[in-house]
Amino acid sequence: MSDETVAAMALTELPTRKSFFKPHRIVLMAIAAILVFCIVWFMRWDWVPKYSGRLAYGVGVTLLMLFVTSVLGFLLAVPIGLVQVTGPWPLKLLARSFCTVIRGTPLLLQLWLLYYGLGSLFPQFPEIRNSFLWPYLREAWPYGVAALTLSFAAYEGEVMRGAFAGVPAGELEAARAYGMSRFTAFRRIWLPRAVHRALPTLNGETVLQLKATPLVATITVIDVYAVISKVRQETYITYEPLLLLALIYLCLTAILVVAFRYFERRIPTRGA
Amino acid sequence: MTERAEAIAVRDLHKRFGPLDVLKGVSLTAHEGDVIAIIGGSGSGKSTFLRCINMLELPTAGSVTIHGETIAMKKDGHGGMMPADRRQVQRLRSRLGMVFQSFNLWQHMTILENVIEAPVHVLGVKKDEAIDRAETLLRRVGLYEKRDAYPAFLSGGQQQRAAIARALAIQPHVMLFDEPTSALDPELVGEVLSVIGDLAKEKRTMILVTHEMKFARNVASHVVFLANGLIEEQGPPDELFGSPKSERLKKFISSIH
Repeated sequence: MSDETVAAMALTELPTRKSFFKPHRIVLMAIAAILVFCIVWFMRWDWVPKYSGRLAYGVGVTLLMLFVTSVLGFLLAVPIGLVQVTGPWPLKLLARSFCTVIRGTPLLLQLWLLYYGLGSLFPQFPEIRNSFLWPYLREAWPYGVAALTLSFAAYEGEVMRGAFAGVPAGELEAARAYGMSRFTAFRRIWLPRAVHRALPTLNGETVLQLKATPLVATITVIDVYAVISKVRQETYITYEPLLLLALIYLCLTAILVVAFRYFERRIPTRGA
Repeated sequence: MTERAEAIAVRDLHKRFGPLDVLKGVSLTAHEGDVIAIIGGSGSGKSTFLRCINMLELPTAGSVTIHGETIAMKKDGHGGMMPADRRQVQRLRSRLGMVFQSFNLWQHMTILENVIEAPVHVLGVKKDEAIDRAETLLRRVGLYEKRDAYPAFLSGGQQQRAAIARALAIQPHVMLFDEPTSALDPELVGEVLSVIGDLAKEKRTMILVTHEMKFARNVASHVVFLANGLIEEQGPPDELFGSPKSERLKKFISSIH
């Protein structure tokens, strides 16, 4: 794909100022303006100030969930991908079955199995109830973090497996030929090269992860989705909160895409 | 002429890939300042031989001595052998400048970063010093302006010259060239050969696997003709190309002219 195609696919590039004022664009912009005006003018938005604090809190929880589970999941994904490429067969088998099971079952199911299953088993053991972990295990969010992390790790494990396998053997051979130890070669050549190859996919997966986070609302974690549900229950307004929710996720996605783009651009590739 | 020190001594090297005997006992000694060209048809084992010197390919039997230090080997349990001490191999490798047929530059680093990578992260040279040296080397191979470019944006000839600078940056005892021009378009071969030719003039110790017979004749101090995993004939280039003795070499030389 050429650079232009890639740029056109992500909606992050604005057209040049001159091409902004073509007739069809002006018509579309007018329609959009009317739409926005109607939404603002004819719909009910008076509830927003009252809930703005809780909404901000919800966005914070969503972002925190996304960030923590993506980072932890990625840290798990690197060894999962690596052992599938070079590991001894028991580890390979373990990693492959983990990926298959997690990717083969719905995230919602995993979340509920962890929360309602494991979460209700834990209190039956006095050792756990008396351990220092209990104050956390009583809460809902650790189960949400665990489920989202495992899910991200499984999907990214597959991505990283492909990325590790795709680094040209010659470059790794060059690393060996210049006397690098296995660890140095991994740290300096194999890993950064694989991550760079995987970045566009990671971008997409992270966006998907963002949109997987509202599932934690089903186990009583108050993220932005839970806040909006609360608004709907309390105010009996149906569409406006949902529209706002869509806008919020859209903005978060745009931020993610732009951030990843920045990292991708740092190392230009050609023809890839 | 005084006796020069041995840079590389390979004794009775065997390499078997499954049922295939690629090397059947090859011995070769390179003294300081030697430029040894290894020629031979495809499948003669010349690349395998070169790759055995720095253990990228593990020989089945035989020994490799670099600067008087023999690489310690042990049995691998499958009828072959493997290095007994990985550290020793890493240390010896870090003074052998290998240049590959397909360049193998690290694509996620700029040219300059490629050149300073091994000095900084293997040999422990300070970064400033490594950059100074790298810039000198890049000037020499005519790529100073390209130091911040990524390999994918360079032509094959430029990439191979950068790879040569990367090899020189570790201040190698011996340079190993594995068919350095075979992956290049014909019009790009010259620029790479001229860089290698300059290195030969400096009396740098080099072992060169090549298909460029004219070049081998001009720059090599010693030519080795490999056929079927054995050294068929060797000697000074003029002798070897001027009056080949073995039938195989005669045929090989006439086939490429």
